Amino acid sequence: MKRLLTFLLLFVMSATLAFGCSPTGGNQQQVLSIYNYASYIAPEAIAQFEKENNVKIQYDTFENSDALYAKLKQGNPGYDLIFPADYMVKIMIAENIIEPLNLNNIPNQKNLEPKFINQAFDPGNKYSLPYQWGTMGIGYNVKTTQGEINSWAAMFDPKYTGKVAWQDDARYTFAGVLMYLGFDPNTTNPEEINKARDLLIKSKNIIAAFVPDTGQNMLDQGEVNLTMEWSGDIFQVMTENPNLRYAIPKEGTIIFSDNMTIPKGAPQKELAEKFINFILQPEVGAQISNFTHFGSPNKAAIDQGLIDPKDLNNPQIYPPAEVFGKMKLLEDVGKATALYDRAWTEVKAGAGK
Amino acid sequence: MTKLDLLVRAIGKKWLWVQAVLAFAFLYLPILILIIYSFNASRFNAVWRGFTLDWYRSLFSNAGATIATSSSAGIWTALNNSLLIAAISTVLASIFGTMIALALERFHFPGRKAVEALLFLPIIMPEITIGISLLVFFTLVFRIVENLTGIRLNLGLPTVIIGHVVFNISFVTITVRARLAELDPQLEQAAFDLGANEWRTFWRITLPLIWPAIFSAALLAFTLSLDDFVVTFFTTGVGSMTLPLFVYGMIKFAVTPAINAISTLMLLASLLLVVSSLRVHKS
Repeated sequence: MKRLLTFLLLFVMSATLAFGCSPTGGNQQQVLSIYNYASYIAPEAIAQFEKENNVKIQYDTFENSDALYAKLKQGNPGYDLIFPADYMVKIMIAENIIEPLNLNNIPNQKNLEPKFINQAFDPGNKYSLPYQWGTMGIGYNVKTTQGEINSWAAMFDPKYTGKVAWQDDARYTFAGVLMYLGFDPNTTNPEEINKARDLLIKSKNIIAAFVPDTGQNMLDQGEVNLTMEWSGDIFQVMTENPNLRYAIPKEGTIIFSDNMTIPKGAPQKELAEKFINFILQPEVGAQISNFTHFGSPNKAAIDQGLIDPKDLNNPQIYPPAEVFGKMKLLEDVGKATALYDRAWTEVKAGAGK
Repeated sequence: MTKLDLLVRAIGKKWLWVQAVLAFAFLYLPILILIIYSFNASRFNAVWRGFTLDWYRSLFSNAGATIATSSSAGIWTALNNSLLIAAISTVLASIFGTMIALALERFHFPGRKAVEALLFLPIIMPEITIGISLLVFFTLVFRIVENLTGIRLNLGLPTVIIGHVVFNISFVTITVRARLAELDPQLEQAAFDLGANEWRTFWRITLPLIWPAIFSAALLAFTLSLDDFVVTFFTTGVGSMTLPLFVYGMIKFAVTPAINAISTLMLLASLLLVVSSLRVHKS
């Protein structure tokens, strides 16, 4: 029993010791705390920044922008730099979660492609600067389609009855259908939304499922032949399944961007701005995009030929100018959200999926 | 009538077999598949693309790296955090839980019923409610501390441990209490009669008798802590990712079989532990 007692005492002591250490800032080396997706940055870039500035980078990961929001809503636990998606930047500005950037500390913002700055979610880039971007297109199995696909029309082709998957998200799926019909994906016109709804219900036999961002796996397993999915997800599966292809429809599609912002109460705001400026260097920006295979908003990196030519010449990552012009970001539609929600409920009920 | 009876019995006997097999398959097939897929050459857990040991190799080759971006280094840090949190919170919850169980079972005091009811709350309440209320609580306390003393406290390993102790105490108390209720109070009274004081009685009589219950409660607490996601998510801070959080963070790109590999290793480790503890018991 004595031995047990000492054992327990030791454990309690070690536990209380950990509690004693909780105030931060005891370390002499500065620590930059980053909160981002797993494997969404080139490890060499982190190592380089650590070495150049004699700091340590703490890299934690989250699974999506909504989790990021939930975590920061009650107060910043100590992160210096976060990477929310476009729509989330707008919410975070409105709810006072993120801090305005001091753009004087980030001269490298001049390297950015004009299309990605001054967006509707953050006019004037007061709070955020773009990090990476990608598209929501069609992933397909070329063996079953026997040829290239370049239009949303394929998603409604009776040839693929029961083999087509859409996103289980009202705004994304409607955006695809609306663009196919030639409308604005951010429309607030009830007639246009209803037309999209009717088309989806009419083609209910063609639709296999509405999937929650797992279309790439269903495609890989052969459960569907076509799926609406994020570019990056399809590219990853393509590396292993040679029959898979990705297409950006000629009617245009949805584009997303992840953005660098500084949360309120960041312990190392200036260091975070330094890091943003570092990321926006053409060489570093290219290094990251070459690692993630997402699009780089860094125009200087593209112009200087630093992006892997295999990626740069891939129209699925960097589409030709005329298609690029048709890409749209999803915007907050305000009151029309209710219209989308209702139409979506009707689609799900009508299609029975 | 007897014929029918026999028939039912015969069918029942066979059916029992089938049911047992199905139940075991239901429990263990997923684990078996998890192990098999840890040898999958594909980076995705969707399709089998041939045998490989690369995932185990990658786990060990990068173990020394410090950058969490290379996912295998991140796995080890996360596993380390998970084990640390589970161990400390288990010990704390076992001690406090046993103390509460003793108080509730052996003593009558005002408010006993209320304490009993409060104990069940963390089990009944949805985890997300516990998680969010803990987060709000910590933020509030930290703000007060900062205003009073100027010291800025942050979420981190200690807050996660507190969070896990919160829900684990209830489980420990209930398990230990069940055992205490079965315990004959006359044993303790006999010890008093023979001149032992309360302290001595506890160490010599009560604790050895309820020890198995405390042990199994601790095992339960350890497991609950190890795979908890929701409470951990809300109470972690910078640099205190646990394994479940890390796995979830990989979803955006791909949950690689490295996760299967580390799960398999953990399974092996716990199997070894169980087998060796059984051996110790026997000898």
